[in-house]
Order: sequence, then C-alpha cells, then structure tokens
Amino acid sequence: MDLFGLVTITVLAVFLGFEVVSKVSSTLHTPLMSEANAIHGIILLGAIMVAGQADDPLILAVSLLAVVLATINIVGGFVVTDRMLVMFAAKPRRARKDDAS
Amino acid sequence: MKLLDESAVLAGYLIAAVLFILALKGLSSPRRARRANRLGAAGAIVAIAVYVLGHDIANAAWIAGAVLVGILVAVPAARRVQMTQMPQLVAAFNGVGGGAAALVAVVEFTHGPDGWARSVIAFTVFIGGLSLTGSFVTFGKLQGIITSRAVMFPGLGVLLAVLVAGAVASAVAMVLTGSMLYAIVLLALGLVVGVLFVLPIGGADVPIVISLLNAFTGLAVAGSGLVLSNVLLLIAGTLVGASGTILTVSMATAMGRSVPGIVFGAFRSTSSGGVDAGGPDRPVRTVSAADVAILLEYSSRIVIVPGYGLAVAQAHHAAAELAEILTARGADVVFGIHPVAGRMPGHMNVLLAEANVPYESLVEMDVVNGQFKSTDLVLVIGANDVVNPAAQSSPGSPIYGMPILHVAEAQQVIFLKRSLKPGFAGIENELFFDPKVSIALGDAKATLSELLTAVKAGV
Repeated sequence: MDLFGLVTITVLAVFLGFEVVSKVSSTLHTPLMSEANAIHGIILLGAIMVAGQADDPLILAVSLLAVVLATINIVGGFVVTDRMLVMFAAKPRRARKDDAS
Repeated sequence: MKLLDESAVLAGYLIAAVLFILALKGLSSPRRARRANRLGAAGAIVAIAVYVLGHDIANAAWIAGAVLVGILVAVPAARRVQMTQMPQLVAAFNGVGGGAAALVAVVEFTHGPDGWARSVIAFTVFIGGLSLTGSFVTFGKLQGIITSRAVMFPGLGVLLAVLVAGAVASAVAMVLTGSMLYAIVLLALGLVVGVLFVLPIGGADVPIVISLLNAFTGLAVAGSGLVLSNVLLLIAGTLVGASGTILTVSMATAMGRSVPGIVFGAFRSTSSGGVDAGGPDRPVRTVSAADVAILLEYSSRIVIVPGYGLAVAQAHHAAAELAEILTARGADVVFGIHPVAGRMPGHMNVLLAEANVPYESLVEMDVVNGQFKSTDLVLVIGANDVVNPAAQSSPGSPIYGMPILHVAEAQQVIFLKRSLKPGFAGIENELFFDPKVSIALGDAKATLSELLTAVKAGV
C-alpha cells in the first residue's frame, strides 16, 4: 500500500482509539488496559512474518525470540483479561438470595 | 502452501481489525466485557490464520516451536497469578510485547529499507526497547524487588537528557548510513533510558506509568506495521496507542495528577518527605477487634474503605462476609471505592467482585464523599494514601492534589492496619492522630476474622 493510504489509516485509527475508550467508567480501567495490552500482542503477526523470511541463522534466532515474546504478550494478555472479567459477569444466584431476605 | 490469495488475507485482516475495535468498545460494559475479550482473541486467531494460510512460510517448525514455548510460559503465569499481583503481570506482558516490536524492527532493518522506512524503524527500536525495560522496572517496583520509593540520584536528569540526545544522534546516523551498528546502539540506549525513565517515579504513580508504557508499546507495534506495510499491525498498534493515551490521562485525572507532572515532576521536586508528623511519639488510639465489633453494632450507616492492604492480606472475602452480616442486621453498608484503590484504577472493584460483593454496594468516590457527613462509622481496611489529608493540605507532599475520600467527616473512623508505617507512597498520615480515629493494629485478615467472630457472637 502507498504511503498516503497508510497515513490515512493511521490518522483514522487515532480518532477511533480516542473515541472507543472515552466513556469507560474507572471501574473498568484495569481490564481495559489489560485488553489493550493483549491487542498490541498482534505484533506476533509481524514476528511470524520476519521469522518466515529469515535465511540467516542469527536473524532467525532473533526473529524466533520475537515470536516467543510476542506469544507471551498476546496469549497471556487475553487469558489474564478473561480472568479479571469472569468476576464482573452476572451473578444470578446472588440476586435471588437478596430478594428472598 | 498458499491456500488463500492476497485479497482473502486482507479481508481477514479487516475482520480482525473490526473484532479488535469491538473488543475495546465492549469493555465499557461489565456485562458484555467477557464476550468482548473473546472477540479480541478471535480477531488475533483470524489474523494469524489468514497470514499462515496465505503465504509460503520458511522455518515453519521453528516458528511453531517458538509459539508453543510462548504459550507454555504465558498460560500458567496468567492462570496462576494472584489477583493482587495482576498489575505487575500486565506490566510484564506489556514489556515483552515492546521487546518483540523492537526485535521485529531490527530484523526488518537488515532487509535494506529506504530512508523513510529507516526512520520509522529507528522510532520503533527505541520506543520498543524503552517499553521493555521500563515495564520490567515497574514490575520490580510492584513486586517489591525494587523499592517503590522514587529513586533519584544527582545528575539523573542531565544523564537522561544526554542519553536521549545520543539516541537522536544514533537514529539520524542510522537513517543516513543504514548501518546495523547504529541500530544496535539505539536499541541499547532505549533499554537504558527505559530503566532511568521509570526509576524516579514514586510508587503511587506506577499504575499510570504502566498505562503510558502500554500506549508506547502500541505505538511501537504501529511502527512495525508501517515498516512491514501491514495494515492490521498499523491499525491495532495505533488503536492501542491512542486509547492507551486517553486511558493514561483519565487515570491521571482520577488521581488529580497530570501526566507531564508525573513523568518530569520527579526531576523537579525538592521535597519527598511529605508532612512532618513530629515523630512517631504522638499518641494514637488503638482498639481491639471486640471493641470494633461493639461499635459496628451501634452503627446504622457504615462505609467500608478498602485498600491494597486488604488485598495483600487476602481479606476481601472476610470483608465481604462482614458487610453481608451487617446488612442482614439492617445496617446500611457500602464500600467506598477510591479510583486508584489497590494498585491500578479499578483493581479494587475486580477484587471485591471476586469476593461476590454486589455491584451496587461499590460506591465511587464522588458519590460516597457526599455521604460521609451522615455516616456513623467508617472502617478503613488496609488503605492509607487514599484517605490521607496531606493530599489536600500539604503542597510539598508527593500525593498533593490527589482527590481523597473525606472519611474524617464521618462520626467515627476505624483503621484496620498492619502497622503505623506509611503507605505505598511513603507518606505519614496526619489522620491517625485525629481524636475521632482509632486504630486496630494487626494483619487485616486476622483482625477481620476476630471481628467476624465477635460480631456473630453478639447476635
């Protein structure tokens, strides 16, 4: 893609990024930060791209290190966010108990 | 093997980008949040899958092995971590992501990019390296490996300025010559600057720095996307960079701080001691758990203010049970949550949700501050900085300007505290010497279980 197209996408993504998080309550700041952290783990795709083209052992080693680090970022990021969010899920049992008392 | 053509791959990237946006958007509602996170993970899987199916990939076995190693490290760490230690784990994950972005850029530099791409690579290498070591220093501070106090030494500001100037010079040399040597120097400088950048930041501001470094890693990923001409990396990285910046600013606002004040404040401040409390000899009133139980019996409006001490002692379940018993007896019990109670904004909400405290009982600071005047008793469990009046009255204090919970407006305040030592920010609390205030010393969990026994016996 040409430079102008890439710059257009970047500018639009900046505005979108501002917009999607502008109305989040502070209660959810921690999971949101964790989610954003998981999403930038998509650098794994970039790491796989360079590792898949590496023809020199040293470059391959550096690329594979990037793959390991990026995998830790993306997999760990989504799993730990899920653990946080389990606790925010609806708890119907609790609601019934409150009604009864 | 090439099972997908180029346009199918690009369509896959578009789907992944939309899923990432929906994931961030969905995180604004607690009910939909978990599904939103799964959408994000699905987006990542779609992106990797279409790339793998659409390209000839050399070294495939090696890459699969490296992914497996990453999974074997990440999954146990993410599943076993205590919820109290989660902020530092997020910091560590962020750091490795920044490191990966820097390494990808270094490798891309060997492919002989043109001048424009070289300058983006220089940016990515430096920011990625900075994010890697900066995140690990925040990890160390939160984990207690490194002191949480602000670390300063004479000339640190000058040294940082020199290093940053050196980084700019190496970046220029790298763009002009295309020599790998300068790229390595730049990476090394990024790593050193990351350490020196975070060290002078005091404990209370560390969460904001994690969020800032998260945004930095997003920018580094976006840089990699530009260099690799990969639209998805560009969109995802830019999204995180932009939303991370907004998140950092709103966290800082919640603490009454400004981001430049946090980052550069350490180099300007002369006072780090806070209030001169006149030595530890001043009298404080201490009470036993049994006394607290009796006071609770006579109180009809109770606010519990939980802090990190509650989380460290794993006492959030006991606190939830206490609130439940008192509510069952007709008292009006709520939890007053400071935006930065715990270690990160919203951390305390996560912990109390884990202990099954109903969402409605968690009252945010602005609301609960209007209720203290009509409150009979405030129970402060393992919190200190968030109720410290020094934030309002003492301009020299490191937490000056942070909004606090005005617990002193209530009829009576009881602290459950491990010791009279200052909190995470390292500041003396004037409130301990207020005549309305009494302190039950001891481990929060032990005190709370004594309290529970006493309250139950009093039925």
